[in-house]
Amino acid sequence: MSDNPPESGHPEAPIIEIAGMHKWFGDFHVLQDIHLKVARGERIVICGPSGSGKSTLIRCINRLEMHQRGRIIVDGIELTNDIKNIEKIRAEVGMVFQHFNLFPHLTILENLTLGPIWVRKVPKKEAEETAMYYLEKVHIAEQARKYPGQLSGGQQQRVAIARSLCMKPNVMLFDEPTSALDPEMVKEVLDVMISLAREGMTMLVVTHEMGFAKSVAHRVLFMDYGRIVEENTPAEFFNHPQHERTKLFLSQILH
Amino acid sequence: MTVHVYDSRTAEIKPPVTSVGVLGWIRKNLFDGWFNSVLTVLVLALLVKMVPPFVRWALLDSHWLPSGSGCQDAQGACWSIVTANLRFIIFGFYPHDLQWRPLLAMIILVALLFYSRNRKHWRYALGWSWLAGLAVMGLLLRGGFFGMAVVESTQWGGLPLTLLLAVFGLTGAYPLGVLLALGRASRMRAVKTLCILYIEMIRGVPLISLLFMSSVVFPLFLPEGVTVNKILRAQAAIILFTAAYIAEVVRGGLQAIARGQYEAAESLGLNYYQTMRLIVLPQALKIVIPPSVSILISAFKDTSLVVIIALYDLLKTTKSVLADPRWMGFSAEAYIFLALIYFCCCYFMSNYSRRLERELDTGL
Repeated sequence: MSDNPPESGHPEAPIIEIAGMHKWFGDFHVLQDIHLKVARGERIVICGPSGSGKSTLIRCINRLEMHQRGRIIVDGIELTNDIKNIEKIRAEVGMVFQHFNLFPHLTILENLTLGPIWVRKVPKKEAEETAMYYLEKVHIAEQARKYPGQLSGGQQQRVAIARSLCMKPNVMLFDEPTSALDPEMVKEVLDVMISLAREGMTMLVVTHEMGFAKSVAHRVLFMDYGRIVEENTPAEFFNHPQHERTKLFLSQILH
Repeated sequence: MTVHVYDSRTAEIKPPVTSVGVLGWIRKNLFDGWFNSVLTVLVLALLVKMVPPFVRWALLDSHWLPSGSGCQDAQGACWSIVTANLRFIIFGFYPHDLQWRPLLAMIILVALLFYSRNRKHWRYALGWSWLAGLAVMGLLLRGGFFGMAVVESTQWGGLPLTLLLAVFGLTGAYPLGVLLALGRASRMRAVKTLCILYIEMIRGVPLISLLFMSSVVFPLFLPEGVTVNKILRAQAAIILFTAAYIAEVVRGGLQAIARGQYEAAESLGLNYYQTMRLIVLPQALKIVIPPSVSILISAFKDTSLVVIIALYDLLKTTKSVLADPRWMGFSAEAYIFLALIYFCCCYFMSNYSRRLERELDTGL
C-alpha cells in the first residue's frame, strides 16, 4: 500500500496510550513495562511466539483483562478499576476473536444488529440496514438469515468482523483472526481486513500472517516474555531485524 | 496416470432390498445379531402371554355402568367405580351444582396451553392473556361476583387443585430457579453464599417435611388471628422446593457456555443484564431443556404429596372413593384411571419439550 503512516507529532492525541503497564496472572508476570502509543488511523501488527503476551496485551485495551500497574488510556478515558462506563469504551473498540465467538442461537443478521440495538439504542430497521451494508461489504449478504452453524469458518470470521463494524468503532482489535481457519479460507478474511485498512481504520492485529504485516502495517511489534522486544516499520523489521530473538523468530516462520 | 470419468448412471444403482424399506427396518432394528434376535423373540413371547389376558380383563369382560351392577361377581374390570364417582374424583368436595365453574377453568387452561404450543404465538399479548386467563380461573373457582356463590378454598379439590398447584408451582419455580442459578454463579460473595445456602438447605430436606412445616410450623410464627390460606402455603412450599432443583440444572447449563460468548458480548458493550438475557440464558436454558422438563414432570407428580396436609388433590379424592365400602376391592381400576390422567399430563410435557428442542436447534 502506498499511504504513509500518520506523521509523528500529529496534532491529535493518540487514540490509545499505554504507559508503564504491567499485568500478572497469579505470580506469572505476563506483561512487563509496556509502552505503546497508537495514533488515529495507524495499523499495528503484533507478533511473537505463543505465550509472549500479545493476545493479553490487546485484551487489556478493551478490558477483557485487567492490568495491575501503569496506565491505559483509550480515546481520552483512562481504564481504571472504578471505571463506571466500561461498556461505553468497549462499544468504541471492536474486537475480532480467533474462534469468531458468534452467537449460535441468533441469525447472522441478529448477530449484527444486537449491539447497535441494545447498546447504541439504534432503531431496529436502521440497525438492519447498517448490518446489510456491512454484510455486503464482507461479501456475505446472502447468508443474512442463516445461523452461524451453517457457515464455513471463513464466512463466520467475516461475519464477526462485520458485527464489530456495525458498532462503528474507532479502533479494531484482531486476536489471531486467521489462526483457526482452514488454509484456503485465510485469504478471504485477510482481503476483508485489507480493505478495512484502506479505509483508514485504526487496527491492532495479532497475527502471524507476515504478508499482511508487510502490505498493511505501519509498524510491527515483536513481543517475547511479556515485553515489546522490537518495534519497527515492516520494511526494517523484516529486512534488518535488530535483536537476535527477532532474527530467530523470523527465520522460523519465514522459510 | 488414469483419469476417472464419473458416469452419472452409476448414481442410479439402488441399495439391496434387504437394507431398505420394511425388511431393512426389521433386520436393522429387531434381528441385528444373535443377541438382539433372542431379545426380540423373548419380548414377543412375553407380549403374547400378557396382552390378550389384559385386553380380556380391561375391555371384554369389564363393566362400565355407573350402577355397578354385576361388578361383585364379574371376571373382568369394574370400571363402574370410575364412571359412578367421576365427578367426585375430578372435583372433590366442590359443590355439585357449581362444578361447571372448575370445568370451565380447566378448559380455559387447556386452551391456553394448546395455543401456547406454537412458538409463533409467543407475543406479549399471549403473556397478558395468560395473566388474564389465570385470574379468570381463580375467580371462577372462588366465585363471589355476578351473583356466583362463593366457594371457599377448603372445598376445592381433585383435578383442578392438582392443576392449580402444578401450573402455579412450575411457573413460579422456574424463574426463581434461574435467578438462584445466576446468583450462585455470581461474582458477588454475599449473593453467591446466600444462594448456595438456600439451594443446599432446600435440597437437604424432603418435600414432605417442607409441606409439614408449611402447614404446622409456619402458622406458629404468625401473629394471633392472622392465617394464611392452606393451599397458598402448600403452593409456596412446592415453589421453594422445585426452584432449588431447577437452579442446579440451570447452573449446569451456564457452565456449558463458552467463555468466548461472554467475551464477545462484553466486547460489544453489552452489560451484565443484557449479556445474560440475550446471550447466555437463551443458550443455557436450551441446553438444559431435557433435565429441567424432568424436574417439572416430577414436581407435577409430587403435588400429590399434599394429601399429607389433608388437601383433597386428585390422588386423595380417588383414595376417598376407595374408602367407600361399596367400592372396596376395585382399587386397581381406580388407580389405572388416575395413572392415565397423570400420564396424559406428563406425556404432554415431555412431548412438547422434545418439540421445543427440535425447533430451537440451530446446528451449532
